[in-house]
Amino acid sequence: MNYIQIKNLSKRYFDVNALENINIKISKGSLFGLLGPNGAGKTTLLKILATLISPDDGKVEINEIDLVKKPRQIRELIGYVAQEISLDKILTGRELLDFQADLYHIPKTKKLERIQDLIIKLDMQNWIDRKCGTYSGGMKRRIDLAAGLLHLPKVLILDEPTVGLDIESRNIIWDLLKNLKEDGMTIILSSHYLNEIDYLADTVVIINDGKVIDQGNPNYLKSKLGGERISLKVREFSSPEESEKVKEILNKIDGIRQIVINSAQGYSLNFIAEKEKDFLTKLKVELAFSKFEIFSLTQSQPSLDDVYLQATGKTLQDAEIFMAGKRDLKKESKQSMR
Amino acid sequence: MELKQFNFLFLYQETFALTKRLFIQLKRRPSTLIAGILQPIIWLFLFGALFSNAPKDFLPGVNSYGNFLGAGLIVFTAFSGALNSGLPLMFDREFGFLNRLLVAPLTSRLSIILSSFLYITILSFIQSIAIMFISYLLGYGFPEFFGLGIVFATLILLVLFVTSISLCLAFILPGHIELIALIFVVNLPLLFASTALAPISFMPSWLGWIASFNPLTFAIEPIRVSYTSSINLDFIALHAPYGDLTCRDCISLLFILTISSLIVINPLLNKKLN
Repeated sequence: MNYIQIKNLSKRYFDVNALENINIKISKGSLFGLLGPNGAGKTTLLKILATLISPDDGKVEINEIDLVKKPRQIRELIGYVAQEISLDKILTGRELLDFQADLYHIPKTKKLERIQDLIIKLDMQNWIDRKCGTYSGGMKRRIDLAAGLLHLPKVLILDEPTVGLDIESRNIIWDLLKNLKEDGMTIILSSHYLNEIDYLADTVVIINDGKVIDQGNPNYLKSKLGGERISLKVREFSSPEESEKVKEILNKIDGIRQIVINSAQGYSLNFIAEKEKDFLTKLKVELAFSKFEIFSLTQSQPSLDDVYLQATGKTLQDAEIFMAGKRDLKKESKQSMR
Repeated sequence: MELKQFNFLFLYQETFALTKRLFIQLKRRPSTLIAGILQPIIWLFLFGALFSNAPKDFLPGVNSYGNFLGAGLIVFTAFSGALNSGLPLMFDREFGFLNRLLVAPLTSRLSIILSSFLYITILSFIQSIAIMFISYLLGYGFPEFFGLGIVFATLILLVLFVTSISLCLAFILPGHIELIALIFVVNLPLLFASTALAPISFMPSWLGWIASFNPLTFAIEPIRVSYTSSINLDFIALHAPYGDLTCRDCISLLFILTISSLIVINPLLNKKLN
């Protein structure tokens, strides 16, 4: 059953297409991952789902309720944890949760119980009565997440919840998300961490330049690519020239594609090879014919980064670096202010 | 399927929570409250001393300059507080905390505005009572019961009027620097162009005209006459160049200004909050 339906959604900021004709369906009780580099449009999409900004075109329905027509009903259903943690640093964590509970009209009798429950679940007992201004990044993220969960939302929207977190905080959040999903909550999680999406998500949408470039189950997307990821070295530290020569040899072998020389790993050669029985033998023979030997060879299954690479022609990391140079964060921050 | 209709209990719960947050901030950082009380008291001492030898006929209806100054300082304190009321909202906008409020299913986002009004009104009352008490200790008198009613009614109207403008500016201006700059530009000139420090009869004609249209004057004069024991609403409070205004006239003008400002800012607040 599709609990959330996004149809032909578009959003423009002046001359920039932040989102272009987005179509997504999200099942009830699933953990839905939104993957893409910074500036891809993930936050804009999540802000629309959180009713913070209006779409220019298209339709969004959550539980068959139109988001634009009945935003207050949607707000009842969702919990939103923004990318930028905005806490009142003068309040203690407990006071902030109490404040949040009142905004969601939680009755007094249930309020204390729920706050206490979340304090335990997110392991906040030792510092909940300290002022938020004294919290570390991980503590802030946990209290922010608790605030988003206080009213037991049907849909939890998380915008890059583990960016910059220590491993302990990240693991606590991952475990909580898994438990919430098991309890039937629909979770939408944006991230540019591949392993996070791979580990948590049932379905993933890969978004780039405001467009959906692929979507489906992470394993399905990876298997769709086919082949195996091979990293080959003919010497511990090859020269660029030597690697170029090996690349020419590999180019001639059937079933090998997308050969990339990885300068960061001693000019190793990374490529995709079709799964064939005698592939290794064939490779050895061709290399030996040109007087090369295999120094090391590792095989792995395709990752979501390979899916992204296949669709865009660049790795997610390269896209991040490219976008970092293009974005005007100050301007974006002003635009996002109400 | 309408999950929730407008509910006054929910509106109360939201407004109470938002107001409580502002008071917790004030309790933990009381410098604004303390400064808001200290500053007018220092003014009362210094200005009171500076003009203590002013001729008696220069000050209509009062027996000393300190007595004259008290009303001006009460209004100025409330005015400054209300003018600054947009700052917490501006900071919430800038730091993203406003989004936390906007994502919540508030029965009415009016509660965000209402909480600011409540906070500033209560704060102004506390500061005004402190100023009135100090004035009393300095021998400048204290309003009687009816006079106190006029003081608080006038302050409520002034605070509503100025707070609505300040909240509006908090949404229009790009950041807190601009809002603070505007407050600096507006604050003192409006004080000097009112009857807070000197009566209209003492001013050059052009300034007298400006002062007689200044909303601060409409608040100051009813409060000033509230110190008179025989105060009633038909008491002449202001000898303006265009004619005499009674206490009732001043409060009515302030009321009209307040309602007008609320009507004018309403579409903007609706646009920004919905």
